[in-house]
Amino acid sequence: MQKIIKIIILFILLFVIGIFYISLTRDTSYNTSSLINKETPEFKIISFDESSLYTRDDIKKNNFTLINFWASWCAPCKIEHPILMKLSQTKNLMIIGVNFKDKEIQAKTFLNNLGNPYDLLAKDENGKQSVKFGIYGIPESILINKDLMIIQKFVGPLSVDDYDNIIKIME
Amino acid sequence: MLSNLGNILLFLNVILSLSIIYIANKNLKIIGGINKIIFQLNLIQSTSIITCFFVLIAAFIVSDFSLITVYQNSHSLKPLFYKIAGTWGNHEGSLLLWAIILSIFSFLFLIYNKDHPKKFRLLTLIIQNILILGFLFFILFNSNPFSQISPIPSEGLGLNPILQDPALAIHPPLLYVGFVGSSIYFSAAIASLISNYSEKSFSLSIKNWVLISWCFQTLGILVGSIWAYYELGWGGFWFWDPVENASLLPWFAMTALFHSLIVFERRNIFYFWVIILCVITFILSVTGTFLVRSGILNSVHTFASDPTRGIYILIFLSLMIFGSILLLFQKYKKENYDLNRNSKETFILVNNWFMMFYLITVLLGTIYPIFTDALTGNKISVGPPFYNTIIFPVVAFFLLFMALGPKTKWIKNKFENITIYLLILAGAAGLNLAIIFFFKSYSLLSNFIIISALFLIISSLMDVAKALKKNKLDFARIISHTAFGFLVLFIGLNDIFSIEKDYNIKLGETKKFESYSIQLQSLDLKNYKNYQAVIGKLVIKNINSNQTNILNPEIRIYDKPKTLTYEAAIKTSLIKDYYLTMSNIDRSDYYNVKFQKKPLMAWIWISVIMIVVGGLVRLFNNAKNN
Repeated sequence: MQKIIKIIILFILLFVIGIFYISLTRDTSYNTSSLINKETPEFKIISFDESSLYTRDDIKKNNFTLINFWASWCAPCKIEHPILMKLSQTKNLMIIGVNFKDKEIQAKTFLNNLGNPYDLLAKDENGKQSVKFGIYGIPESILINKDLMIIQKFVGPLSVDDYDNIIKIME
Repeated sequence: MLSNLGNILLFLNVILSLSIIYIANKNLKIIGGINKIIFQLNLIQSTSIITCFFVLIAAFIVSDFSLITVYQNSHSLKPLFYKIAGTWGNHEGSLLLWAIILSIFSFLFLIYNKDHPKKFRLLTLIIQNILILGFLFFILFNSNPFSQISPIPSEGLGLNPILQDPALAIHPPLLYVGFVGSSIYFSAAIASLISNYSEKSFSLSIKNWVLISWCFQTLGILVGSIWAYYELGWGGFWFWDPVENASLLPWFAMTALFHSLIVFERRNIFYFWVIILCVITFILSVTGTFLVRSGILNSVHTFASDPTRGIYILIFLSLMIFGSILLLFQKYKKENYDLNRNSKETFILVNNWFMMFYLITVLLGTIYPIFTDALTGNKISVGPPFYNTIIFPVVAFFLLFMALGPKTKWIKNKFENITIYLLILAGAAGLNLAIIFFFKSYSLLSNFIIISALFLIISSLMDVAKALKKNKLDFARIISHTAFGFLVLFIGLNDIFSIEKDYNIKLGETKKFESYSIQLQSLDLKNYKNYQAVIGKLVIKNINSNQTNILNPEIRIYDKPKTLTYEAAIKTSLIKDYYLTMSNIDRSDYYNVKFQKKPLMAWIWISVIMIVVGGLVRLFNNAKNN
């Protein structure tokens, strides 16, 4: 009996150390810049009211699409919100908001208070869909053109410079 | 120049450690006392490593940017205090601090344990020096703070502004004394296994070291929490962040350890359990270091990562784990505990179960994301909901045991006057009802916890009355236990009665909620030595009591490196804290203002300090009795 316990303990420890080793050798620095100039991955995101699904076909319809990942609990999202509001007034740009790991009521209050810049609103309750886009923290935004090509990624809140940048690219 | 001097001192230390190991090993085979040279070598070792650290501090003070570490973590315009604190605020410097604590503890252990067998003392010294060597090699070949850069940059990159804080300047050294201090009882435990020194006097050799490291660990965690509270601007003080967890894990093991040491010292049982705890504590400390430094965890305070560091610490960790576990398997003999279910021994064992439960919960929560990531590629994060659901309900029971345990007798106990305990429990429940009634707030779990916290406090205080009559007062235990009860009570009350409001507000605008009004009266721009600040003047008015408070949160723009930070404005009083953060909203006149009223914050800090005071009193008593 004692021998079995000893073997089990050794096995568990070996396993833990093995995992640590694997984690070390994995590339954990989430460098998502490689996504730029690549085609948008296939995705299916459920709309906020759960009535429909959004896919790549929705992107093809517009010259430019900005997918913005946000949540009501994310303070920097509030900071970038006015920029999004401003972007929503530009033509040629569709903004898809993906509500990330959020509660429905809080997300609604957020948009009621600060305004809704999104043409399409989707949600990703457990954060799984966002992984496809290389999202690891929010806010994050991705600018995509008609041919589904990822043109630009914005990690962190959008700034005034980013705004000017987006306008420039669209021209 | 400084670089050469530092490197020479590091090499000198390697030679010293090797000679100590060699001479101690030779000394083992000779009959008689410990060779005097060993003492001298130890003294030189401690002195030279401290000198080495001062060389690094000097490099920071004079801003010698020929050293990569200084270049990366300092700046010539930084205030002197933060230049000095920058020495240990980075990976390389903090490793040097590790080496210092290892050496000093090694020296002190040697000179303060003269009554113990020679073989045990020498073996402890040898093992401790093997650890020192491990760290010295790591420093020299992988993380050398004296590495040079060429051409010499004219200016440094600066220290991350959120680290420029007095609390954070003392946080790492405190925590390291706790973390690294546990190395000495790891070495002693291994030495005791090898030399078959399993008498209860073994407990005397380590118990003060356990207490010292525990006190520092607790203080280190406290200072870290205080820093997070006023610097990170979330208004919380504990986030179950992996790095915070890394400091908590050895704390659980230490707490379990010094409780079971009491039993070991008194009844000469639990020897192997004590040894296992000694080993676990230090292994968890190194594991914590591994998790933080290797960069495999993503957390607010991960150091800039470099995979080779991780590999090195992992190899070191594996050698330690497998070395100690194989030795333990070889030496382990089944102990027969003839424990009465109702005795102090059992109650202390129950404390240990609770500690192990917390330890395993926090450990799982911390490493689970690493496992899912490595095995399935799923990136998940385990957050506060997990810990709160699993840990808090158990705390309620833990407190009840904590109240009853100390009242039990050794070997065989009989609870007299059960009615008294029931009365105390009823009193606690009554008090809790009063709190709900007068302050109108309700949450089942918090109430449950508050009742048991009150139960612990009341019964500990009754112990004082009883003990004063008999003139036999265990002050240390009473202070720590009562303070722990208060800590949980205040956290519970704080949780129930906190208010949080979030507004976008323009200059001159006023917002009202509950019985408060909040107005952004003015904004001020100021220039400081290394940053610019936008300072808001916000007036918080309590309409009921007509009391006004002015708070000045800041938005700081640091130059080196260019960073924006938000400084919370906190008005602390004994009853409550007002906590206010302000952030700008780009291209608009609005400011986002987050207001929080957090009751009893000051008392949470005071309770933790009192827990440590209990530990210090015990330490003082131990010293007096020797």
